Amino acid sequence: MSVLERTPVVVLRDAAKHFGPVKALNGVSLSVAPGECLGLVGHNGAGKSTLVNLVNGTFPASSGEVTFPDGTQGVRSVFQELSLCANLSVAENLSIAHPDLKGFGWRGPARAEILASLDQVFPDHGIHPDTEVDQLTIAERQMVEIAIGFAPRGGAARLVILDEPTSSLDEGIARQLLSHVKAFCASGGAIIFISHMLGEIFDVSSRIVVLKDGVVVADRPAAEFDRQGLVDAMGHVAPEGPQTETGRAALGEVVIRAEGLEARRGEIVGLSGLAGHGQAAALARLYLAQTSDWRAGRGARAVFVAGDRPRDGVLPLWSILRNMSVSVLARDAKGGLVDTGAERRLAEVWQKRIGIRTGDLTNPILSLSGGNQQKVLFARALASDASVIVMDDPMRGVDVGTKQDVYAIVRAEAAKGRTFLWYSTETEEVCQCDRVFVFRNGEISAELTGDDITEEKILEASFEMMEAS
Amino acid sequence: MTMKPWVWGWAAAGLAFVVTLMLTSGRGAGELAYAALSFGAFAAIVGLGQMLVITLGPGNVDLSIPACMTLAGTLALKTMGSDPNTAFLGLAVALATGFGVGCVNFLLIWLLRLPPIIATLAASLIYQSLAIWSNRGLRIKPPEGLADFATGRFIGVPNVAWVALILAVVVWVILERAVWGRWLLASGQNARAARLAGIPVEAVRAATYLSVSVFAALAGYLLASFSGGAALNMGAEYLLTSIAVVVIGGSSIAGGNSNVPGVLGAALFMFLVVSMLNSYGAGAGIKSVLTGTIIIAIVIAASTRRSRQ
Repeated sequence: MSVLERTPVVVLRDAAKHFGPVKALNGVSLSVAPGECLGLVGHNGAGKSTLVNLVNGTFPASSGEVTFPDGTQGVRSVFQELSLCANLSVAENLSIAHPDLKGFGWRGPARAEILASLDQVFPDHGIHPDTEVDQLTIAERQMVEIAIGFAPRGGAARLVILDEPTSSLDEGIARQLLSHVKAFCASGGAIIFISHMLGEIFDVSSRIVVLKDGVVVADRPAAEFDRQGLVDAMGHVAPEGPQTETGRAALGEVVIRAEGLEARRGEIVGLSGLAGHGQAAALARLYLAQTSDWRAGRGARAVFVAGDRPRDGVLPLWSILRNMSVSVLARDAKGGLVDTGAERRLAEVWQKRIGIRTGDLTNPILSLSGGNQQKVLFARALASDASVIVMDDPMRGVDVGTKQDVYAIVRAEAAKGRTFLWYSTETEEVCQCDRVFVFRNGEISAELTGDDITEEKILEASFEMMEAS
Repeated sequence: MTMKPWVWGWAAAGLAFVVTLMLTSGRGAGELAYAALSFGAFAAIVGLGQMLVITLGPGNVDLSIPACMTLAGTLALKTMGSDPNTAFLGLAVALATGFGVGCVNFLLIWLLRLPPIIATLAASLIYQSLAIWSNRGLRIKPPEGLADFATGRFIGVPNVAWVALILAVVVWVILERAVWGRWLLASGQNARAARLAGIPVEAVRAATYLSVSVFAALAGYLLASFSGGAALNMGAEYLLTSIAVVVIGGSSIAGGNSNVPGVLGAALFMFLVVSMLNSYGAGAGIKSVLTGTIIIAIVIAASTRRSRQ
């Protein structure tokens, strides 16, 4: 039986969603059938998250309709912005989404169910169901969230929406997820898979839908796309292959030596290894030691680019403008007062330079899509004079085109003598660095430079001790 | 945003004023306005301080305001001993007391990592005891010139109201225009993110806890001068008042968002609603019930308004 003959799980007919004057989604028609894995791609702000929210019922469509021929049971979403309750355990988080678990003795079944689901999706995950979520690393939290999405929860998952599921997972874990997705679809489940990593999209999707500015610009079987065609359809010209080395300055003296890390002037230092092996914690400690709780000098030595935006980066009540300028207020101030003219000029320069999609910089920061919020955090850090820039997996949820732009900016700033400390869960990014420290169990297990920086060597250093033990 | 949340405090204050005067058919409007502006000024001064602390974010509140007012008023009046030309000496003593109280509060919170509610409440027992010990039941009159100033007017408006207004303008400028205000508002939204953005969050917190105590001390000094001497229970009603004016005034109890005009309107309202109930002859029990109900109603009205915007 072909895919097209089955009753679709969800059908959108000319669905649109407007937020005031902003047309986030402008008339989209598509359907998802059982056994199908729909790859959804598009740039930040193209309307991917809005589409997801229409399907999972977070808000109704402004016009058009969203229908579920067999009802909405079994339609699940795994969110990009993690939505677990941090003060509850893993099993308790499952029970929130599981209406049948009630009365006395619900904990046992909850533990068993979440463990079974974790074991199925992520073999050897090492997560205990009684651990409180705030004790987990961001990767583990993402794994739990995915496992809850696939758990039976009194029925069976029929459609699971995965919004950037791998952005905080390392390669090995991501591969486990991708193979589970394939198995899930083969057994008749449907998936909407959103990712900026085109390799993953090609790997799992049976059909690819490209969104651009709120409309579908392409909807074809995956086999009919190639990588370049997909990038072209998204409408951003991303240079292929590795960047050409342009004007790299000779590396200067050592400017920072802490946490076993060492970085020289103008150097891009990568931190790698499996997610959650102490890289983020080491970076946070390093940054906090470089700056003070008590003084904000005019020239802070270091700035921080957060990857976990709600926890570490975004100031949610403020506008885009204020979020961008917060780190340089003291530098540009006159007599203790904010120089609002300088603040606005700076924000406009960086809006252009890094391409933040908004009509008005005084809009609330939360009106931006996740990727655009991340660009604001980049601008906040790069606009400062700090010589050391600490980046904690900052490319989560950022689209391909923006990534290329940011790589170029990072290269240019490094050439001017700034030093970058860059933790990333994507090996491809780490391979762009001048020097790489690989972490394993909270310690540095290898230091790679030059031609030694290869995916194989990084993986080798990430896994060594685990095999030995 | 055509309706700002602070409009509600002012509208309610105006309504209470009119309703009170309806009973007297308009007679006594000047006296009522004078009393409202004077007592509203004390509530506004402590309310501004409390607003800064609440803006710091969840869990931040200063419950030592009443004790700080009492201690500062008592020590200032004792130092002045009713001697003429000692007003500024007394002011200096009061402000120094406030500074000391703020330092102790912050050190308890910072070094011992006590929750601010516990730290300031426990410390206020010490401040109150110090006030009792130094006062020994004596009621010392303020110097004549100071008493005249505290009860006097300038262009028809009570002097204490001018003090509150000047202070409000200073606080407003700091919050709206100064770097320090931005830092405070950022720390209140997400302290971790603020710290990672390079804001010296501990310095911001220290300055805030110092400010609230200095404001309370100033209010205590003025109130003692206004009412002819310091009394040991003079600050008692300002515990709830200081928090109520912040909430009614439209500042976010969750932090990160403050509202100076709202505090002023709410401070007037808090006095007017009580005097309205007084003039209608309500008993003490009814008065408390109605005051509580009215506060809840106005907070609901203001917050539903905001969520619709």
